[in-house]
Amino acid sequence: MKVGVVSFPGSLDDGDAARAVRLAGAEAVRLWHGDDALRDVDAVVLPGGFSYGDYLRCGAIARFAPVMAPLVDAARGGLPVLGICNGFQVLCESHLLPGALIRNDHRKFNCVDQELEVANAATVWTSGYSAGQRVVVPLKNGEGGYVADDATLDRLEAEGRVVVRYVGDNPNGSYRSIAGITNERGNVVGLMPHPEHAVEELTGPSTDGLTFFTSVLSAAVSA
Amino acid sequence: MARVVVDVMLKPEILDPQGKAVAQALPRLGFDGISGVRQGKRFELDVEGDVTEERLAQIRSAAETLLSNPVIEDFTVHVEEPGGGAHR
Repeated sequence: MKVGVVSFPGSLDDGDAARAVRLAGAEAVRLWHGDDALRDVDAVVLPGGFSYGDYLRCGAIARFAPVMAPLVDAARGGLPVLGICNGFQVLCESHLLPGALIRNDHRKFNCVDQELEVANAATVWTSGYSAGQRVVVPLKNGEGGYVADDATLDRLEAEGRVVVRYVGDNPNGSYRSIAGITNERGNVVGLMPHPEHAVEELTGPSTDGLTFFTSVLSAAVSA
Repeated sequence: MARVVVDVMLKPEILDPQGKAVAQALPRLGFDGISGVRQGKRFELDVEGDVTEERLAQIRSAAETLLSNPVIEDFTVHVEEPGGGAHR
């Protein structure tokens, strides 16, 4: 299985995301923001970082990078896409996911080992977890506050589209403690915490994050 | 050359942490009597030729597509006259 990892100017965590893909047992294919095709990958990760320096709004310029045109089409067609941190912001700006990410309510950059609850273990990226499972992965961002209007939040909750929630104190003011969400089909997932930084005992607070990357593998095998 | 200004503001229901920080700093500096601050963005677009209705429609579309995120922000568009006056 080939999993594409997109690098935008200012992406930071593309290397770690590719490493997580390899540790999960898939082939990582590096995709460049200027590419106009997806090189036959079976899934795509949009990594964390500060694409285009977070100019205008986080993810607002990356959303119009050439690689995003085929990616948005493929995602609408069912291609598994995982957006982590800045990647989540890009997915919201692309309107593949509803809502938006704004500056943390306490205005400080956060860098913590964050406990999360997996609220939806049915997406292609979370099928290896069990619903209600608690995991710990790093959270590091300045603009991680998830916001949407009440109707959207109600719909996300009613349809089970909240994928992960923050456990304990809300780290950034996200509405309803939402850390990650999915689209209606369950193939596009975005989250602010960084599962790709929790895949090895040497460097992560846990190896809990690896399951995101093994989940998509088993989804592809069973498909 | 004409100038078209696009002002972008967070929707009222969206928390504005930066505006809040500014609001908290003002009284510390002795600027009293300001009960709230909302921080926005102003874009000045220099336009070639006349500002036609067609051109304005194009700029509104740009404002909706790129300059603002309609999920969390509202925008207004106005033409700035060379003399300093403005009309909508």
